[in-house]
Amino acid sequence: MTTIAAGAKSKAEPRSRLTLSRLVRIFQRDKYLYLMVLLPLAYFIVFHYIPLYGITLAFKDFDISQGIMGSPWVGFKYFEEFFSNPYSWLVIRNTVVLRLWQLAIGFPAPIILALLLNELRTMRFKGIVQTSSYLPHFISLVVVSGMVISFLASDGPINNLIKSLGGQSVPFMQLPEYFAPIFTFSGIWQHAGWASVIYLAALTSINPELIEAAVIDGAGRWQRLLHITLPGIAPTVTIMFLLRIGQLLTVDYQMILLLYSPAIYEKADVLGTYIYRRGIIGADFSFATAVGLFQAVVGLVFIVGANWIAKRVGDTSLW
Amino acid sequence: MIDYDKTLSSRIFDKINIILLILVVVATLYPFYYITIVSLSNGNAVLRGEVSFWPVGLTLDSYKLVFQNPAVPISLRNSLVYTTLGTVINLGMTTLCAYPLARPRFSGRRLFTWVVTITMFFSGGLIPLYLLIMQLGLINNMWALLLPGAINVWNMFILRTSFQQIPEELYEAALIDGANDLQTLIRVALPLSKAVLATLLMFYAVAHWNDFFNALIFLNDRAKYPIQLIMRNIVILGRFEQTNELGGGSDFAVIEQTLKYATIMVSTIPILLVYPFVQKYFVRGVMIGAIKG
Repeated sequence: MTTIAAGAKSKAEPRSRLTLSRLVRIFQRDKYLYLMVLLPLAYFIVFHYIPLYGITLAFKDFDISQGIMGSPWVGFKYFEEFFSNPYSWLVIRNTVVLRLWQLAIGFPAPIILALLLNELRTMRFKGIVQTSSYLPHFISLVVVSGMVISFLASDGPINNLIKSLGGQSVPFMQLPEYFAPIFTFSGIWQHAGWASVIYLAALTSINPELIEAAVIDGAGRWQRLLHITLPGIAPTVTIMFLLRIGQLLTVDYQMILLLYSPAIYEKADVLGTYIYRRGIIGADFSFATAVGLFQAVVGLVFIVGANWIAKRVGDTSLW
Repeated sequence: MIDYDKTLSSRIFDKINIILLILVVVATLYPFYYITIVSLSNGNAVLRGEVSFWPVGLTLDSYKLVFQNPAVPISLRNSLVYTTLGTVINLGMTTLCAYPLARPRFSGRRLFTWVVTITMFFSGGLIPLYLLIMQLGLINNMWALLLPGAINVWNMFILRTSFQQIPEELYEAALIDGANDLQTLIRVALPLSKAVLATLLMFYAVAHWNDFFNALIFLNDRAKYPIQLIMRNIVILGRFEQTNELGGGSDFAVIEQTLKYATIMVSTIPILLVYPFVQKYFVRGVMIGAIKG
């Protein structure tokens, strides 16, 4: 084995100065790799980097005849318009509140599910639970929203149950105060199973000798959970948490778009839906770009900040 | 030595755990089951609240009415076209991107990795993309649904990891046999990454089939709508094409609810049918990406 490796090494080109002939030789040798990369590179430039340039629109008055480049600069006009409007703060607050619901309840759910699955002894049953709990992740948002709306409708099964127990029918989708729990729990229903995959992967990578040693030392299941299992998955949990922090101002607005109605905007309207209504429906392109830029910058600041803290406090970080 | 796993409290925990997880399974699957049985039931029975565990007055009338709406078959065909074409583009582009990034010899690797990674953390957002599509003249064109998401960076990294896990000796052997990089990709890398490719195929295809938002903002011609958008109109906005046919003489055998649920079933059956066969594959595929990525 070692001789093969040594042989391969001696065959490698000696490290020489970067001459033209050497460049040509490298290009000759790797030409197919360069050819392959051409299309993806064009894709990233057109569909990711040109839109990045489009951000300048936030500082311009968009004139459709002039295009983005020719439109006149207006500085922070649209940011001032956004921050001076009290409705903007309502939208920001709604976004953060929904995110916090998701962090508090939605984030632990897949971890708990993975830990419960890990304690199962019958592999067959474990497989059944996993297979069925992943399924909703692959169902469309329109279907999930349609289910939520019709199950909670005045003639839906939930209200039928309430009425048969002698209660009053509740117009859940019209009452703002119900929106956060409805949104959070439908999110858990759809994604917690699938999200548990990554924690199950982390659980299987825990060294079984550690567990055996703990059993020999007389550790019960609870002690093994506290001292081996949880520390074992802590790095994964940290990384997933950091990624969530970066999405503080990003909730699943496509789901909200399907679920909300003007009657509950006061709790359900978020930055994503606001950008959609002002930008796509209202064609207020510069304003909506400014809101989007604010959202992206805050996200970036939070993920960098959270990563910095994680680095100082523990030894797990994204980069 | 006491075996703690056989103590009373431990056995009680096992029982509670099994009950909890059975509840998880029921909570996950019952909504699908409920929709199925309501869509197959007589509307009157549904209105009287008799349908909870099995269909009452078994009938396919709701499904017949769904397909009498001409928008449904058209949109199903559109979705099939978008999904097939979109997934082919996705897999091709993802492979072209992942393979050079997996080859240590490729001198632009670091730079290109950066170009790709930056897009994960910062994007122009909705409006700049919308204006780009507008300027490319792709509004109301199906390519607006297929091109912008051609490469999902997460998926690309999963495939790159899979390419990297193939022993370097196999690549070397192919090169010694005189194969170029393109031939090595087709004859060595792709055949050895079948599980991951199947996973990505599933991810991409499901994403295309389920997409409604891109169609909502980029398409305005109803004849081009995918099934999800038609379903949104029927299920969420409650707009039917032929409301006059509802309950027309048939003693309300079909009501709004059974019609909505039948529509949901029609759009979801393809996924429900494919899911059991591919799910074993994709869990393994994701594990590869999750552990090594």
